[in-house]
Amino acid sequence: MNLFNLVWLELGQRKSQLLSGMLAIVLGISVIVAIRSVSIVSETAVAINLDNLGANILVLPQGASIDNYYSADIDSPTIPEEYVTRIVNSTIPGVDNLMPRLSRRVEIYGTNLVLSGILPKNELASKPLWQSSGLFGAELEAACGDNPINESHGYEDEKLQRKAIDSLKLTDCLLGASAARRLKVNEGDVLTINDFELQVAKVLSETGTVDDDRVFVHLHKAQQVLGIPDQVSAIEIMGCCNAISDGLLGKLRNILPDTRITTIGQIVSTQVKTNQLMSRISIVMLIIIIIIGGISIGNYMWANVNERKKEIGIMRMIGFPRTAIYRTLIYKAIILGISGGVLGFVAGITIAWFIGPLIAGVNINPIPELLGWAVFISVLISIVGSLFPAHLASKFEPFSNMQDT
Amino acid sequence: MRTIISTDKLSKIYQHRDGIVNALQDISLSINQGDFVTITGPSGSGKSTLLMALCGLIKPSGGTICFFDKDLTRASDQELSRFRQDHVGFIMQNFSLIPYMTALQNTMFPLILNGYEKQDQINRAISALKVVGLNNRLNHFPRELSAGQQQRVAIARAMVNKPSLIFADEPTGNLDPALAFDILNILKSINQVEAITIIIVTHSMDAAEYGNVKIRLNDGTVVNIESVL
Repeated sequence: MNLFNLVWLELGQRKSQLLSGMLAIVLGISVIVAIRSVSIVSETAVAINLDNLGANILVLPQGASIDNYYSADIDSPTIPEEYVTRIVNSTIPGVDNLMPRLSRRVEIYGTNLVLSGILPKNELASKPLWQSSGLFGAELEAACGDNPINESHGYEDEKLQRKAIDSLKLTDCLLGASAARRLKVNEGDVLTINDFELQVAKVLSETGTVDDDRVFVHLHKAQQVLGIPDQVSAIEIMGCCNAISDGLLGKLRNILPDTRITTIGQIVSTQVKTNQLMSRISIVMLIIIIIIGGISIGNYMWANVNERKKEIGIMRMIGFPRTAIYRTLIYKAIILGISGGVLGFVAGITIAWFIGPLIAGVNINPIPELLGWAVFISVLISIVGSLFPAHLASKFEPFSNMQDT
Repeated sequence: MRTIISTDKLSKIYQHRDGIVNALQDISLSINQGDFVTITGPSGSGKSTLLMALCGLIKPSGGTICFFDKDLTRASDQELSRFRQDHVGFIMQNFSLIPYMTALQNTMFPLILNGYEKQDQINRAISALKVVGLNNRLNHFPRELSAGQQQRVAIARAMVNKPSLIFADEPTGNLDPALAFDILNILKSINQVEAITIIIVTHSMDAAEYGNVKIRLNDGTVVNIESVL
């Protein structure tokens, strides 16, 4: 038997007291882990999306939210598809590529995903990640060969790699990597969405963006499946930088007066501000949790020490010096802290796993670094909260036990 | 015989809101190795205070206490803890067992700080429990033991670290006469076989008869010391 065994034995005796003492710390740590997980993954997603973004101008219906660029098109109001033609026919200089989209949340076999209607050729031209992901399918036609953005990525047959996305059939769909995992389907399988059957032509490689959770179909098929004919929810535009500075946005607003036209810079800065706000909130939460958790643990320890006055008296009587009493309580605080940190981390990741897709449009996987932080903070709170009760316990006089019959 | 513990003009004063209480006054005595000492006296005569002072649980207000040549009144808390850990065993009227520890664990308890290997701790605890006849109750918790058996576990715990001294404060106070007799016989046997000096505080005149040194206190002073050869 040693001091650790002694602490374990005692902890096992007062389980309900232990659980209530740990509750505040577990809840606190879980909230921090959840917020940090969402904000870290969201920040990473912004960075990845920025790296891989082809389009730099977004045309949205008036009233659409731009809090999150990557999900701004989901469930937003719609604009007529005819606007695409209007832009093409306007001869406004500086518009390199147009990508109309229609996106809506759908439930497929009980799984919530986003169905996005796209024009495949245009989408491929704007997505460097898709171009390098090795897509191929049934036909051999390729349309983007002359576009400089489609320069060689070293495939044996460049056209072959792009043909599926170039020529996505009305009966086919493409699945984001995460969507395929969640639906447990493979290439060649058939999906039924709103009574329409679609064959999975390709499962896209993991991109780390919101596209991983999307099901892509041809724009006109999406309009049919969703019952929104001739409408799109957003038009992404690849605009030449010089043209943007020459007033491209103003010219677009002239021909599309009832739309909201914004540049990626504006949207990303909005999202970055949102992420910064979440980080600040997590710092404020951290401070509150340190205070509340410390008080809670301190309260538990103080109650525990008072309840164990007789035991501590016995320990002092048989030769435990004050430092040994102090150590047993600090060991207990460390055990509480480690347990609280690990449980808080697990609870936080679970919360983040549920709320991540809802509030930030991102899927959360456990971030191992946060486990270390969770345990560190939890142990720190426990030790700080226990210092005063441990100090008082070490001051108990051994003879307090002797005449207590 | 060599003197194991002695006091010289030992006094203890408590400050009370009603005035000063002289719990011990000018107590000078010496106890030899191997003695079986009984301390008797009416309630409030200072018996327990003397016991607590002798084992370093309270600081006296004046005078000295020496364990062999070491002056305990000048020792730090760390040194007094070490003294109790290495040289002293305790037996209390209330048994003072830890309720969530088995008889074996309670007996091993004082060995935690001595750095013994786990198996060594177990072997020593089993030997001590054998002396008090409880080696068949190793895994019983205090609530599963009778009062007499609990006090026997307390005796095993007191002797497990092979102390030079065992202090007992009313060890038979919670027991019926038959059990009290058992406990006193066990203590006498430990005193004779293991050569451990035993100092008992008691109200019982029967228990006092076990001592070869009988100290009687009244109002914090020694009124009589009787040595039986």
